[in-house]
Amino acid sequence: MQQTRTMELGTGLFALLGIAALFFLTTQTTGNKDFDADETFTVEARFDNVGSLKPRAPVSISGVTIGRVTNIVFDKESLEAVVTFVIDSQYDQIPDDSDASILTAGLLGSQYVGLQAGGSEFYLEDGSEILFTQSAVVLENIIGKFLIGGSGDDEETE
Amino acid sequence: MLRAPRGDRLGPLRNRSRTLPDNLIEVRDVDFSRGDRPIFSNLNLTIERGDVTAIMGPSGTGKTTLLQLITRQLSPDRGQIIVDGVDIATLSQSELYELRKRFGVLFQHGALLTDMSVFENVAFPIREHTRLPNSLVRQVVLTKLHAVGLRGAADLMPAQLSGGMARRVALARAIAMDPDILLYDEPFVGLDPISMGVIVKLVGEISDALDITSIVVSHDVHDVSAVADYCYVIADGDVAAAGTPAELKAASSELVNQFMHGLPDGPVGFHYDAPDYHEQLLGKRSERA
Amino acid sequence: MFRDIYVTFYQFLSTFGAMCLFFLRLLQHTPGVLVKRFGLVSYQIYNAGALSIVIIMVSGLFVGGVLGLQAYSNLERFNAEDTTGIFAGFALIKEIGPVITALLFAGRAGTALASEIGLMKATDQLSAMEMMAINPLSYVAVPRFLGGVISMPLLTAVFTTVGLLGAHLVAVELLGVDVGAYWQQLQSALDMEDVREGIIKSVVFGVVASLLAVWEGYNSIPTAEGVGRATTRTVVITAIAVLVFDFMITAWIL
Repeated sequence: MQQTRTMELGTGLFALLGIAALFFLTTQTTGNKDFDADETFTVEARFDNVGSLKPRAPVSISGVTIGRVTNIVFDKESLEAVVTFVIDSQYDQIPDDSDASILTAGLLGSQYVGLQAGGSEFYLEDGSEILFTQSAVVLENIIGKFLIGGSGDDEETE
Repeated sequence: MLRAPRGDRLGPLRNRSRTLPDNLIEVRDVDFSRGDRPIFSNLNLTIERGDVTAIMGPSGTGKTTLLQLITRQLSPDRGQIIVDGVDIATLSQSELYELRKRFGVLFQHGALLTDMSVFENVAFPIREHTRLPNSLVRQVVLTKLHAVGLRGAADLMPAQLSGGMARRVALARAIAMDPDILLYDEPFVGLDPISMGVIVKLVGEISDALDITSIVVSHDVHDVSAVADYCYVIADGDVAAAGTPAELKAASSELVNQFMHGLPDGPVGFHYDAPDYHEQLLGKRSERA
Repeated sequence: MFRDIYVTFYQFLSTFGAMCLFFLRLLQHTPGVLVKRFGLVSYQIYNAGALSIVIIMVSGLFVGGVLGLQAYSNLERFNAEDTTGIFAGFALIKEIGPVITALLFAGRAGTALASEIGLMKATDQLSAMEMMAINPLSYVAVPRFLGGVISMPLLTAVFTTVGLLGAHLVAVELLGVDVGAYWQQLQSALDMEDVREGIIKSVVFGVVASLLAVWEGYNSIPTAEGVGRATTRTVVITAIAVLVFDFMITAWIL
């Protein structure tokens, strides 16, 4: 009898510990950057250069992740990169003249799409295109220009 | 005595066995080999219902193998084994398990399950095969343990038992489901004289009281003779002699004579097969020189 | 010479085939055992899991600690000691946690399973069950197998978590990495997918390690020497199999 008690207690403790650890691992070690929304809408943007942006990269506004890049293709006609991304439907009041830039998280971090809110009274919705974009900063270009003596300012928006 | 649900099925068989003694187990023309080593060739023997039959023979002649063949833990290379009129090779897995419920086996060293108490060991087959309420299981188990004189040891673990006690518990477990056939695999090996006496007494008592057909595999001539109705002596893969213990003792065959009286040399040589002694010794010397 | 190779290959193939069939038979009995004999399974979870928890936690603590130490001393050269958390997290969650847990499991629980089953075989307990018309596969093998399979992911999670705490202890408490930087870097670098990879690995390793232990015990030569050899083989073969599977899963996921 005593033995079954010990066994039950041990098993219970073990299962509890294991499940708590699993919970800890799944919730505490992964960042909340893992964007996961039920309803989203799709937005498009065109860039001269996307740098090393990859699908699944986060889309953020004011530093808050609100969406995720779903697709990056090269448009043969306009010779631009077309980046498609989804945004959580609850953020349906982002002005449609907001601009999108490809930024780098930290000095060597991965790249993400950052939105800068504009002042329009119309909002982004499914199928909208962001017109104002800023390409990825390519380190080699900056260094190259720096060596020649120019400043990097002429690589601007469309 | 409590009979498990299959009582009805067995009723007619039992009656028939009293009026008309027939062969419960028949081994027909059986060949069996382990790897390249032949164990049996053309073995024939029959076990009569209600008897205590002894299977004897020098060690290494496959007596235990014979028990495994009869219960289809092994299958023969050739020949048939017929239990109660059915060729056991034709049984499906579930039919085989049904048949095995009619067997009780006492293993050489008891083979008690080490992780449960004596009581639980005896209760194990009952709990697995019936849905009796706990109170009834308890009664049956205590009855069986009482029959082997170990009711007081019910709460011990197998590791706490002596060899003789373990075998008695195993015997209680073997008769827990009221089998028709009890197989004893070397029940007397490695026991002190008192424990041995107890087991011999139990084999006889159980066989008589429960009307069970028993097969005792042993090489202990003296003790087996005390309980057996009929004996088979197996040697060289075949039955070397058969008869009642008294007949065998009087047998003229050299081998049976050697075996029954425990003579060190005879047809079963003292020396393992070897080249000539002198030749081997001298031969080696001459090689080196 | 060629004959030897042929014979070895032939033996390997037939053993492997027999093991696959054994695995299928275990799976075939699994639903019945889960329904009718769950008590046995939970006892084996206690045996394989709960009794391994101490060794797992102690090992996890020190493995995490040494990772923290190594990561810090190397990253410090690049002034990147804040990323110690990333280093420890990736290593523990994706590789070291599942693999070392599986190896420890093989040593602690696998050997116990193999020798226990081998001993039951050597003392005729398995035959006795056969003769009582109770299938030892569903009474002995399957509960032990399932106990191992269920325990392994839990043990791995405990190992990894304790490892992260160990790395935290060394990096943050001893070496002075900022606590915020440690966890934030860790969280921002790790994806749900990385954790999933670790869990997938631990489940696969659980199946592999438990199967091998039960198989070795079940097929051991029923003598004292045979059981001893089966125990040794369990550790050796499980270690190799786990490392091979680790490589295959990693290659497949990446």
